[in-house]
This record gives sequence, C-alpha cells and structure tokens, in this order.
Amino acid sequence: VTLSSRNHSNMLIFLTCDFQDKQYVGFATLPNQVHRKSVKKGFDFTLMVAGESGLGKSTLVNSLFLTDLYKDRKLLNAEERINQTVEITKHTVDIEEKGVKLKLTIVDTPGFGDAVNNNECWRPITDYIDQQFEQYFRDESGLNRKNILDNRVHCCLYFIPPFGHGLRPVDVEFMKALHEKVNIIPLISKADCLTPNEVKKLKDRVRDEIERFGIKVYQFPECDSDEEEEFKQMDKELKECTPFAVIGSNTVVEARGQRVRGRLYPWGIVEVENQSHCDFVKLRNMLIRSHMHDLKDVTCDVHYENYRAHCIQEMTSKLAQDNRTDSPLPLLPLPTPDVETERLIKMKDEELKRMQEMLEKMQQQMHEKDQ
Amino acid sequence: SKMSESVPPEVRPKPAVPAKPSHVAPPSRSALLGYIGIDTIIEQMRKKTMKTGFDFNIMVVGQSGLGKSTLVNTLFKSQVSRRSTNWSRDEKIPKTVEIKSVSHVIEEGGVKMKLTVIDTPGFGDQINNENCWEPISKYINEQYEKFLKEEVNIARKKRIPDTRVHCCLYFISPTGHSLRQLDIEFMKHLSRVVNIIPVIAKSDTLTLDEKTEFKQKVRKELEACGIECYPQKEFDEDMEDKSDNDKIREAMPFAVVGSDKEYQANGKRILGRKTPWGVVEVENPNHCEFSLLRDFMIRSHLQDLKEVTHNIHYETYRAKRLNDNGGLHPISSSGFSSRTFCMDTPCLCE
Repeated sequence: VTLSSRNHSNMLIFLTCDFQDKQYVGFATLPNQVHRKSVKKGFDFTLMVAGESGLGKSTLVNSLFLTDLYKDRKLLNAEERINQTVEITKHTVDIEEKGVKLKLTIVDTPGFGDAVNNNECWRPITDYIDQQFEQYFRDESGLNRKNILDNRVHCCLYFIPPFGHGLRPVDVEFMKALHEKVNIIPLISKADCLTPNEVKKLKDRVRDEIERFGIKVYQFPECDSDEEEEFKQMDKELKECTPFAVIGSNTVVEARGQRVRGRLYPWGIVEVENQSHCDFVKLRNMLIRSHMHDLKDVTCDVHYENYRAHCIQEMTSKLAQDNRTDSPLPLLPLPTPDVETERLIKMKDEELKRMQEMLEKMQQQMHEKDQ
Repeated sequence: SKMSESVPPEVRPKPAVPAKPSHVAPPSRSALLGYIGIDTIIEQMRKKTMKTGFDFNIMVVGQSGLGKSTLVNTLFKSQVSRRSTNWSRDEKIPKTVEIKSVSHVIEEGGVKMKLTVIDTPGFGDQINNENCWEPISKYINEQYEKFLKEEVNIARKKRIPDTRVHCCLYFISPTGHSLRQLDIEFMKHLSRVVNIIPVIAKSDTLTLDEKTEFKQKVRKELEACGIECYPQKEFDEDMEDKSDNDKIREAMPFAVVGSDKEYQANGKRILGRKTPWGVVEVENPNHCEFSLLRDFMIRSHLQDLKEVTHNIHYETYRAKRLNDNGGLHPISSSGFSSRTFCMDTPCLCE
C-alpha cells in the first residue's frame, strides 16, 4: 500500500498498527479522512421556509441560526400587496463554529398564501426547486464538474398557523405539490398562543390529516438496531413529537436569573429553548445536529434522482416521438447526435452504479472488520 | 345565563335611554309650580323594556380557528354560539361560505334578551377566496328587505321581528404585520352596509409592544383605504358622544382573548387560558382588551348599535330601494309616513 505523502497522520496509525496485526490494511481511517476533507471544504445547506406572512418564519430562522438575516427587511402594507405575486428570495450567510464552516442559504417565499385568490400560489416555488435540479443536472452532465454549485433545496420548513383546527386546503395543496420534490418538515408556528392540550390536539389532527391526504413529509431514518437504548428512546420521542410546535424570538429576556431568547408577556415569559414551552430545541437538534446530513442525502438520492429519471424519460420519449413524426417511413435508428448523448448518459449511469457497488462492498468489509 | 351565577354580582346595566329626536327646536321653558311627575316616564319606559325584552343580532366573520365562537360565548357568559349546539370541532370546512344562525334567550337583572349569533363558516378558508363576502352581504341585505316588507304592510305587526344584523365582529388574524388583503376587501364592501367592529383575535400571541404596533398599523391601513368602522365619526350626535367615541376609536381594534374555562388566580375564580408560563386572564385589562370590548359593546353601546343599524344602514337600504323603484314604494303604493321607528322602546314621538 503506497501512502500519499500528505497523509502523515494516517501513516502514523499504519505504522503503529503494523506491530499489532499484520492483516490490518488501514482504511478504517477513511471516515477520519472524509471528515478532515469536509471540514476543510466546508458544508453547504439550503433551507427553504414557506407559509403565510406573519407566522414567524424569519424570527424562527434567526433563532435557529442565531443570526439576524432580515435586518433591513421592509414589510409591505396591505395596499402595496394587492398586486404582489409570490416571490423567491435568497439570503446566504457563512457560519463558522469550532472550525467547521457552513454556507447556509435561506430561500424565502414572501407572498405565499397572502392573496385573496391563492390558486396555484405554490407554482413559483415548485418552479424554483425544479430549476435548481435542472441546473445541477446540466452541471453534472457537463465537462467541468470540479466546482459544481449545489443550489438544490435540501429542506423545506412549512409553517402551519396555530389558529386553525388542522390543515387548511392551501396547506394540503402546497404539501402535495412539493412532497416529491423536497424534504418537507411541517411546523406548528407561534405555538405560544396554544395551551398544552391544544397543542396536542392540533398535532394529532395534523398527523392524521397528513396520513389521510397521502402527504409524504420527511421521515426520520430508522435507528440502527445496534444503537443504545437511550438513543432509541430519544429517537422515538422525537418522532412522536411531530409536527414540532415552535416559537421563535429575536429578543433576549431575563428569565429565572438567566438571559435567554424569549417573549415577554404580562402573564409570563416564554423561553424559546425551554423544552416544556415548545419544540424549538427538538427542531434545532434534528435539523442541525443530527439530520442535516441525512436531509442532504435524501435530497440527492431520492428527490434529485426522481427528477433526473423523469427528465431523462421525458427526453427519450420526446426523441421517440420526434423520430415517429419526422418521417412516416420506417427508419433504421441512425446514430444522430441526440442518440449519442443518450448513450453517453447511459454509460455514465452504469459507471456510477459500478462505483456505488464498489463503495458498498468496501463499507461492508470495513463493517465486518470492526466486528 | 348560567355562567353569571358563578361570577360575583356586577352592577346591573341600565337599559339605554332612546336617542333624542333630532331636528326639534328646543322647547320654551316654563317655570314649574310644583312636582308633576314627568320624570317618571323614564321608569315607565324601563318597565316596558323589561317586559318586552331586546333583540340583538350579532354576526361573527373571520377565518376558521380564530376563536369566534369562544369569544361570543365569553362576551355573553353563556354557551350561545353555534358550537354549543350539536356542532363538533371536527366539522369540515365548507366549500362555500355558509350563514348559520343560532338564537338563545338570556336573562339578566330581569331583562330578557333574545340573542342571535350568526356565524359565517367557510369565510376566508378556501384557496381562492374571491368574493367570499358576497353571501354575507346578500344575507344582510335580505334581512333589510324582510324588515322593509313588514314595515310597508297594511296590517303591520305591532313589533316587527328584527333579524337585521346589528353588529358584525370582524376577526383579524394576529400576524403582527398588517391587515391581509381579504380583511380590506371585506371591510371595504361591508362597512357601509353594517356596523363592523374589528377585533384582533387570539391576541395572546402578541407581546405588548407588538400589540401596540399592530393596532397602529391596522388603524392606519383602515384610514388609508377609507374604511370606517363602528362607531362612525359622522354619526356622533353631540360633543359628549364624540369625546366618548373618540376614546374608543383610538383604542380600536380591540386585542381580545376568549375563554370558557375558569382558573384560580389571586384567590379568585377567573376566566383564562393556562399555559406553562402563566395564566392569561381574559378580564384583566393588563392582559388583553376583552373587558374593553365587552363594556363598549354591551354595557354602553348596545342600544346605539341597534339604532345606527335602524336609522342609518336600514334607511340607506330603504332609500336605495325606493330610488330603484322610481320613487314608488317597491311593495305597495299606499302612503306611509317616514319616521324613525324605535323598535324596543316606545318612541316619544309616537
């Protein structure tokens, strides 16, 4: 095994292990290597927030990422909004914590659900998501793939008003239009206007309706069977807690002798990070601390692949159609440039598949080695 | 009303004195040589009012889930809204706006009130809410028409049943940003047809600062759109009215919280909402403006709401109907005098 001169630390491990076990190869360090490279490269994450105006979306984003992304925002008044259509706005911020860099992009959807007639108000949003997929698809099939910009939306937080009795028609339609394009995490917003009983009732109702309408929201992956019991219990509690009832705040208040993010009312203080007040901590932990990577994986492996397969299918069926309509005489399939591209794509596909199988085999071997 | 029994006794509201007839020259004064007893007429009227009772029709409009029914129940301290009668919260949102009314007779201090609560389920709940105010506007006009038909009958009932909407509580969603387009559309179309009192629903989601800001914003937007809610400036009768009403107008829209549950706080049983961080007291003016709304609507302006409905909104409708008919009466051409007709109290000019 030749060692790259760059991986000095790995060389060290290899040498020490050599004395213990001659069978040891050393690629158990792979996760560490991946980790180091990622840390150097940095992560990126694109989060979309959707819901009617006034549900606390911006405040929640600020609370989640401890930033103030919307400092200079100007809110339109009702007159100005008469002709407003749904817009897509992007804010990007670089966050660094303990040496790990995150390039966070927040995609906002002002105007959604605010008009009197909201027919198909999700159209600009689905178009945006498709556009990012299309751009990535083109880049992926292109020549210079070293620095592909990944603008695909990894997660969409959908804000449900706490005032209703469950999902409204617009909520159902939105989620159904998007559930096969992006990971949807429904949230109950401004949960501090609900008593604990009301929260429970609303959650049950929403979960029921999501199932009834066949909406596919983001599912937490199953725990590995070899995880600790405590972890499994936490995971179970997390899943039963959905949809998360959240509260956000841009202000710091004094509560129980500490300064915390919260909301000051005449009858008490709501603390954003108090788990008996709301599920904010659960959401943050899930979104950032445990499932950020999985959200990206599912976006790449499921939503993007769906889009890609659909795209390719459309392309090929269009080709078949074109061939048929172009000439009424039965033709031999000539090697036209389009067919050539299709062949290339197929080749690349198979190459990818082979590489994936190799990786899986390696992972399995590593796993067996550990045991 | 059941609930009033468990609450400490309040000062009994006096029935309002009917409006002074306008356009009457002040009478010449004559020195009184002894006590005649004219002032007892007030007592006579009060007795009569108590015997005949009141009708009051209140309509609630707003998106589903804004606490309309709970608020009305809280206002009248009774289970008077649609929800109390065989209606479960699991009822689906109707596809078009429906008009559902429920009547109850409630009694307090010897005074009977037939309270009708008119609900408008489906308003603002669809994806496409264009013209969703039309069924509501239609209903209101239909009540005016009903009354008009009765009024012009040759053999009239002594007391025409009054189904006209005296007050329309419009529930604004507490977004904290501004009015929604739908709010403006509704109020634009209906503020000249019925008395609209806008309220900020479920206001326990706003902090004090957010409340103040939101209220100012809403008032500004209403003014910018030329929407005049009750009490309308143009109907202030005198300086005293104007001063009282100005104070109310500056405090509107009232930020309310409703509840039908009682809790123990400060040694008393109070209506409220219990959260992990405290109890929201519905009748505590530091917590929300429910008591302001109740005092204003029920304890001081109840009669005025009815009179403005009758003397102004109804008369406007009637005049339009006459004009549409080329000046002839739409129903019968037999002469009838135009006079203000006070419904529940015998009119001084009768």
